Amino acid sequence: MSPTENPPLSAYRRREQSITLSPLEDPHDGAPGETSDELLTLNFGPHHPATHGVLRLLVTLQGEVVRDIKPIIGYVHTGIEKTAEDKAYWKVIPVVERMDYLSYYFNAMAFCGAVEKLVEVEVPKRGQYLRVIHLELNRIASHLIWLGTSALDLGAVSIFLYCLREREQILDLFEMSSGQRMHTRYFQVGGVIEDIPAGFASKLREFLKVMPERADEYGAILNSNEIVLQRLRGTCPLDAATLLGLGVSGPLLRAAGNPWDLRKADPYCSYEDFDFKIPVGTVGDNYDRFAVRLAEIYESVKIIEQALDGLPEGPHITEDRKVALPPRHELATSMEALIHHFKLVTEGFRVPPGEVYNAIESPRGELGCFVRSDGSSKPARVHMRDPSFVNLQALSHMARGNYIADMVATVAMLDPILGGIDR
Amino acid sequence: MPDATGLELLAQELGEAALETVYFREQATIVIDPAEVRAVLRSLREAGYSFLASVHGVDYYPEEPRLGVVYELLDMSRVDRIAVKLRVGMDSPEVDSVTAEWPTADHQEREVFDMFGVVFRDHPDLRRILMPEDYEGHPQRRDFPVGGEPVIFTRDAAEWLEARE
Amino acid sequence: MKREKLGSAVDPATLRVRTLNAHQLLRGGELEGANQPAHLEGEELDRYVQERVLTTTLDSAVAWARSNSFFPLAFGLACCAMEQFQTAGPRMDIARFGFEAFRASPRQADLIILAGRVSIKMAPIIRRLYDQMLEPKWAISMGACCSSMGVFNNYALVPADKFMPIDVHVPGCPPRPEALMHGVLKLRKLVQDDPDLGLRERYGAVGTEERP
Repeated sequence: MSPTENPPLSAYRRREQSITLSPLEDPHDGAPGETSDELLTLNFGPHHPATHGVLRLLVTLQGEVVRDIKPIIGYVHTGIEKTAEDKAYWKVIPVVERMDYLSYYFNAMAFCGAVEKLVEVEVPKRGQYLRVIHLELNRIASHLIWLGTSALDLGAVSIFLYCLREREQILDLFEMSSGQRMHTRYFQVGGVIEDIPAGFASKLREFLKVMPERADEYGAILNSNEIVLQRLRGTCPLDAATLLGLGVSGPLLRAAGNPWDLRKADPYCSYEDFDFKIPVGTVGDNYDRFAVRLAEIYESVKIIEQALDGLPEGPHITEDRKVALPPRHELATSMEALIHHFKLVTEGFRVPPGEVYNAIESPRGELGCFVRSDGSSKPARVHMRDPSFVNLQALSHMARGNYIADMVATVAMLDPILGGIDR
Repeated sequence: MPDATGLELLAQELGEAALETVYFREQATIVIDPAEVRAVLRSLREAGYSFLASVHGVDYYPEEPRLGVVYELLDMSRVDRIAVKLRVGMDSPEVDSVTAEWPTADHQEREVFDMFGVVFRDHPDLRRILMPEDYEGHPQRRDFPVGGEPVIFTRDAAEWLEARE
Repeated sequence: MKREKLGSAVDPATLRVRTLNAHQLLRGGELEGANQPAHLEGEELDRYVQERVLTTTLDSAVAWARSNSFFPLAFGLACCAMEQFQTAGPRMDIARFGFEAFRASPRQADLIILAGRVSIKMAPIIRRLYDQMLEPKWAISMGACCSSMGVFNNYALVPADKFMPIDVHVPGCPPRPEALMHGVLKLRKLVQDDPDLGLRERYGAVGTEERP
């Protein structure tokens, strides 16, 4: 009997099978609450009012105290990595973008960065700055949805609508630069697909003026709300060493005190040109996770301002015609441009064989893309190392021994995106 | 990334376990013997690579040995990355699980098992993680078909309904 | 408790006269007072009555009430759920039409908006949710992934038509809030005019209501 057919029962399953209903015992002197050792397994089904996607949790409770959590995932599994093996590199970009559906530019950036390493093509400075502007705008948008849905879980419904209002402005900017609000296919191998139109810079500056004031408002509303503070302060802390062992990165690790940020540690895409701080927490409880993400919004605004002020002139995509499409006006005059265009659109560019792993800092942590190419025009393996997939393993460690209401707040502060978890 | 010479030195320290080193596009990879995976990761941890960023599988069809597992390690203090690769054949796709020492490998090894069929010995809970529990087959192998449904258009709806009955 | 009179605009005496006139008109008799439409005949008489009396069937009235008070199920799967949030957001405000009450429980909802890609693991669960909803119920398939396979035509996804009857498909990847609104309003029109398109029979879903 091979292990694939009959996998061994996990400790959780064995315990589940051994639960017997014991008669209620007398409460011992002076101790309120726990009167019996009965364990209850509750199913937080894939469909639940918490707006965090189709995450299923099997929660083992003793009274109201969480003893164990087993997440069951796979309810949005889309086979993105398998689909990506079937398409040319250019066509993989829209497929991979839909993985972590709140930080679509980051998915495209990880993949394009990996392919650029393989093809050894250099992104021009203007392209890099435009990439940084869009990446940081996406970071703000992702944090806004996180803030809105987390506040919704805690009961503060109006914050949800305020955050959506800001996100509409950001989506307007995305629509201006690429024509689409989400999943814009704006990043291409070698740069960005189009330069920003006239009026984008001024609209962006208006937004940048407004955003810090709005973030102040959200901070003011939530930080002076007694219920939010009681629910977040001191609940479900986890120290940095355990988090590192679990492979957690991003705002969760920074909230625990470890200032690891790939933008500063291993800069990519011109992040070394910008001056920004990394917000770091102290205790690692839910309040620190919330405060770190809120502070990151201000830092992202700073980065965008600097990128916009220092936006250099030049091409927005590499001039290498073997990798990037030639501009349309050249097709009328140059034969080589026509041939390149034809080859790129029908077959796509070929990538020399090899394996590469490219990691960037997404709003949830380290987003890595592993690309293996076998010399043809389609990738042989694309694996996205999604931060939420790895961060989810920390949930049971965080919520163990805490109340079930704290568990709900922790799931919110964990910021899981099921599209990235399930791919 | 350790540069090419650093990589060679590291491989020499690992001794018999390291079968090959690859230095490609300034990224270092060591190909190791599958039986030594725990020892190799332990010695790399002592060398400073204490963060296991990713465990993922690759199918090298049609080259043998076909199934590969790649461990991406990161040294946070020196900002160094190194990849440890091992290859197992289809006849005995078993690898020791590193979950006991690297807790992050838990879900990631389950995903490699689900998608490629590599069995990890001593894994605390080796079940399918992304596909339904009773699914047959390992989807991300290269010989597994991509699959898909024919799109039902309104004009074809009548034939499609007939064909179903 | 203070009772207000009917306002100074309408003189109670005039109101009484109007009521009597209407009664007389319907009986086909003579009228008193200034308004004497007794001389109206045929078409003019029809129009006069139509302007003043509303007749309808009970079905239409009920359909009108149902269509204007959908309770959507708060059900978001993937990227389309983000655009569903934006539809409920301040700019494209779904509350203008009265549909802002997203219920968490399928027992209390009558509209399920499938927002996102349906994987094979999730399909039986969605079917169970749909069966738990009470009649009358409608389904909107939002986005390309659940309507037709979308960007990902592979082993892991199922088009929603395969396991549940869908009333309106909204294309897009993801559809703009305006597009989703258009789909919802189309469903509203469908419910108002012709609630039963025979979709159940067409997709072999007769008897999908949960039996007690």
